[in-house]
Amino acid sequence: MAILNSNVPSGPLATKWENHKFSSKLINPANKRKYKVIVVGAGLAGASAAATLAELGYDVHNFVFHDSPRRAHSVAAQGGINAAKNYQNDGDSVHRLFYDTIKGGDFRSREANVHRLAEVSVHIIDQCAAQGVPFAREYGGLLDNRSFGGAQVSRTFYARGQTGQQLLLGAYSALSRNVANGGVKLNTHSEMLDLVVVDGQAKGIVVRNLQTGELTRHTADAVVLATGGYGNVFNLSTYARGSNVTAIWRAYRRGACFGNPCFTQIHPTCIPVSGDYQSKLTLMSESLRNDGRIWAPAKVGDKRAPAEIPEGERDYFLERMYGAFGNLAPRDVASRAAKTVCDEGRGVGATGLGVYLDFAESINRLGEDKIRERYGNLFAMYHEITDEDAYKAPMRIYPAVHYTMGGLWVDYNLMSNLPGLFVLGEANFSDHGANRLGASALMQGLSDGYFVLPATISNYLAGQAPAKRPPVSHAAFAEAEGDVQKRIQRYLGGKGKRTPSSFHKELGKIMWDYCGMARNRAGLEKALGLLGNLREEYRKNLSVLGEAAEWNQALESAGRVEDFIELGELMCRDALEREESCGGHFREEFQYTKEDPEVRNGLVNPGDVKRDDTHFAHVAAWEYAGPDRKPILNREELKYEEIKMSTRSYK
Amino acid sequence: MKVQLKVWRQKNRNTSGKFVTYESPDLNPNMSFLEMLDVVNESLASRSEEPIAFDHDCREGICGTCSLVINGKPHGPHKGVATCQTYMRSFKDGDQIVVEPFRAKAFPLVKDLVVDRKAFDRIQQKGGFISVRTGSAPDANSIPVPKENSDLAMDAAQCIGCGACVAACKNASAMLFVSAKVSHLGLLPQGQPERFRRVKAMVDQMDEEGFGACTVTGSCEAVCPKSISLDFIARMNRDYLVALAKGESKKPAAGGV
Ligand SMILES: Cc1cc2nc3c(=O)[nH]c(=O)nc-3n(C[C@H](O)[C@H](O)[C@H](O)COP(=O)(O)OP(=O)(O)OC[C@H]3O[C@@H](n4cnc5c(N)ncnc54)[C@H](O)[C@@H]3O)c2cc1C
Repeated sequence: MAILNSNVPSGPLATKWENHKFSSKLINPANKRKYKVIVVGAGLAGASAAATLAELGYDVHNFVFHDSPRRAHSVAAQGGINAAKNYQNDGDSVHRLFYDTIKGGDFRSREANVHRLAEVSVHIIDQCAAQGVPFAREYGGLLDNRSFGGAQVSRTFYARGQTGQQLLLGAYSALSRNVANGGVKLNTHSEMLDLVVVDGQAKGIVVRNLQTGELTRHTADAVVLATGGYGNVFNLSTYARGSNVTAIWRAYRRGACFGNPCFTQIHPTCIPVSGDYQSKLTLMSESLRNDGRIWAPAKVGDKRAPAEIPEGERDYFLERMYGAFGNLAPRDVASRAAKTVCDEGRGVGATGLGVYLDFAESINRLGEDKIRERYGNLFAMYHEITDEDAYKAPMRIYPAVHYTMGGLWVDYNLMSNLPGLFVLGEANFSDHGANRLGASALMQGLSDGYFVLPATISNYLAGQAPAKRPPVSHAAFAEAEGDVQKRIQRYLGGKGKRTPSSFHKELGKIMWDYCGMARNRAGLEKALGLLGNLREEYRKNLSVLGEAAEWNQALESAGRVEDFIELGELMCRDALEREESCGGHFREEFQYTKEDPEVRNGLVNPGDVKRDDTHFAHVAAWEYAGPDRKPILNREELKYEEIKMSTRSYK
Repeated sequence: MKVQLKVWRQKNRNTSGKFVTYESPDLNPNMSFLEMLDVVNESLASRSEEPIAFDHDCREGICGTCSLVINGKPHGPHKGVATCQTYMRSFKDGDQIVVEPFRAKAFPLVKDLVVDRKAFDRIQQKGGFISVRTGSAPDANSIPVPKENSDLAMDAAQCIGCGACVAACKNASAMLFVSAKVSHLGLLPQGQPERFRRVKAMVDQMDEEGFGACTVTGSCEAVCPKSISLDFIARMNRDYLVALAKGESKKPAAGGV
């Protein structure tokens, strides 16, 4: 069994982080440069961490599979970033952001981490504005805000519909500055394919150069993974095609525990699937729900054009079901409501898997120009994809896979149970519990990278003798490189018929059908069987053309898809084991019904998720036990000191 | 629908390349251009022919990874969108479509349609930043920025760094790319202290990378997926002249650690 110590500092919640920073070990400036730190990833989390560690004086080596750090998937984030600035004077505070996040996550996150996130949020905005991030402003020159789901205050900062791009370019500029002055050695088109563990501690990585195919070994005093989320296990998602699980999956196979792997976020407002050639689902930002109203025809099978359906025959179902939050209900709640409506036969569009997101009222109230100014790029994107004009007719939307709350388990210092391995951003399980609120991923990535890791990494490094890291000739490096070699040879030597992408499609369908928006025991058990067969077939019937020592995209995906198949099994196992519903994890067996007092008292609706705090108020941290052996389930109990776990109500 | 593709195939930069013609399988007009290539690649693989290498990632027009010159135009037929946002309904059944990589001396070829655009990163490293240490920033609202300036800065900052401007230019100039960054930061109060050393350092690096001269023909603006305006080039030229007059040195703008 792995040892899971959350290392949450003692003392009152509001002063834990200050006290922890004060009691953290320091390393003197002259010694810092003797410590070599590998940072894998340069999204918001990785770029901010690499830049800041270099500013502090560490010898930082950054690796990304992209051709440039500026292309990390963070670039695609649209809507915004939260911070408890209370510039709107609408009652926001660190405590409110903290509370909203805990409640949004359905009481399955760690209190102390979330409080720290809310505290740090205000510094992120300062840092980004100083870097020249062109946040939206009011005519007085001060920063503007918008609202996001799961909150009743306006605390979201944004840069048109391209907030992720602008924040990433900010972090990339900081990274670039540190590359120029020698603080960061940047390695692009470099994919980490294994983690090297020496005497139980993470001490290096094995990397493949995607242009030449060359494998190299890199040693370090600590390894930081900021490699993003794994939603592409579903094949179709809002993620970039390249996003994958390999870095953290390899770390899992080397002993790092995987926390809550089944916690997936399905985003309510995405453009519906149109055909089986489809490679990607496009998000229509949650910010649209500030001005758009979601509805479906009230009658089953109503096929009239939206304009022909009179007001009285429309069901604005979020406003009806969740009055207090209405169209800004959190994502898991909004997605399930849309699914329910479609399951009842009230869905719209050719497939019947869609509901309307309607701007008519806002356009009447504010004028088309105002709406264009706020969301022009999203409307344009919608137009390109669907050939429809959303200024004239409502958008059609349907839920799609968007984010993974699960990830490698980390303690308060963001260190995994493998000493020396730190995990940041979407790759860790840390702050969002069973459901993430909109505009909080960017906040967490930058909090981890700019502020948390730079303060906590010294707690580990101070215990390591400077520059005593193992040489790359160490047996553990040779073994890891050998494993990578063997995998590559196995893929290229396969005599099968199917491409990695055909397997990926099949995997995605299994995951969506049985481990998607609604899950149940029979389905999950069936999925485990199907995935086992798929894994077997992958070994026998894979075909990868081309060579190892060249640019070879089929070879790249061969490794990624195999890791996804194994991950899929772990997700189903986790979903099966968690016999409750919480946040985005909806087990059909565990939902509120008309008979429950919470429904009768008007707190929740029938069909809402039903938690079981007695048995499941824990993080499920899965430990690898070897090939073909069942992984071991470790539990970190969640202790709430400040907040009482209660029924989540948005009515 | 079906189309005929004439695609540039080249194993690597040390071998010579050539156009190869493929008949596409049956397509759906609602497919994106890249989804069409996915389908063609699957059919190639099923015949044990090596798939066509092409760059892509977000597939929603923001990461700047996809490239391709389609029928002679970087990012294809439409204004203001990237290749990944080009849909097959823009073509007719039976069309021949010519697909080439972004060609420029400063963008060496990797394979088929994939080129290496690291030169852009190196330009950025010379000065595309505001030197502010993490933790040293003042409160974000302590520096008001007139909305007009901040909006204009955002117009420039939208550049996705794809390199279409370079591919469209007969001289393979990178002026639109560099001017977008220089203008974004130069329009903001936070960017003033390094304004002139920034422009000098970035332009010098651009020249060093082998990008050509700008003759303001506007072909870059015409293909830019984010419609970055030529005005930014004029703005950068003015700043560059001031920088020269001030005698900004050639050394990189990167401040100490
Ligand atoms: C369409 C969309 C819109 C979104 N909008 C918002 C929003 O408005 N607000 C919000 O808060 N959140 C939003 N999110 C979520 C948010 O964007 C992400 O959670 C966040 O950006 C993840 O950042 P990251 O740094 O953890 O990872 P990423 O940005 O995914 O970066 C991963 C990095 O790791 C590298 N990498 C990965 N594996 C390897 C490997 N094996 N070897 C080498 N390098 C590797 C990659 O090259 C990349 O640099 C959105 C997400 C999507 C999909």
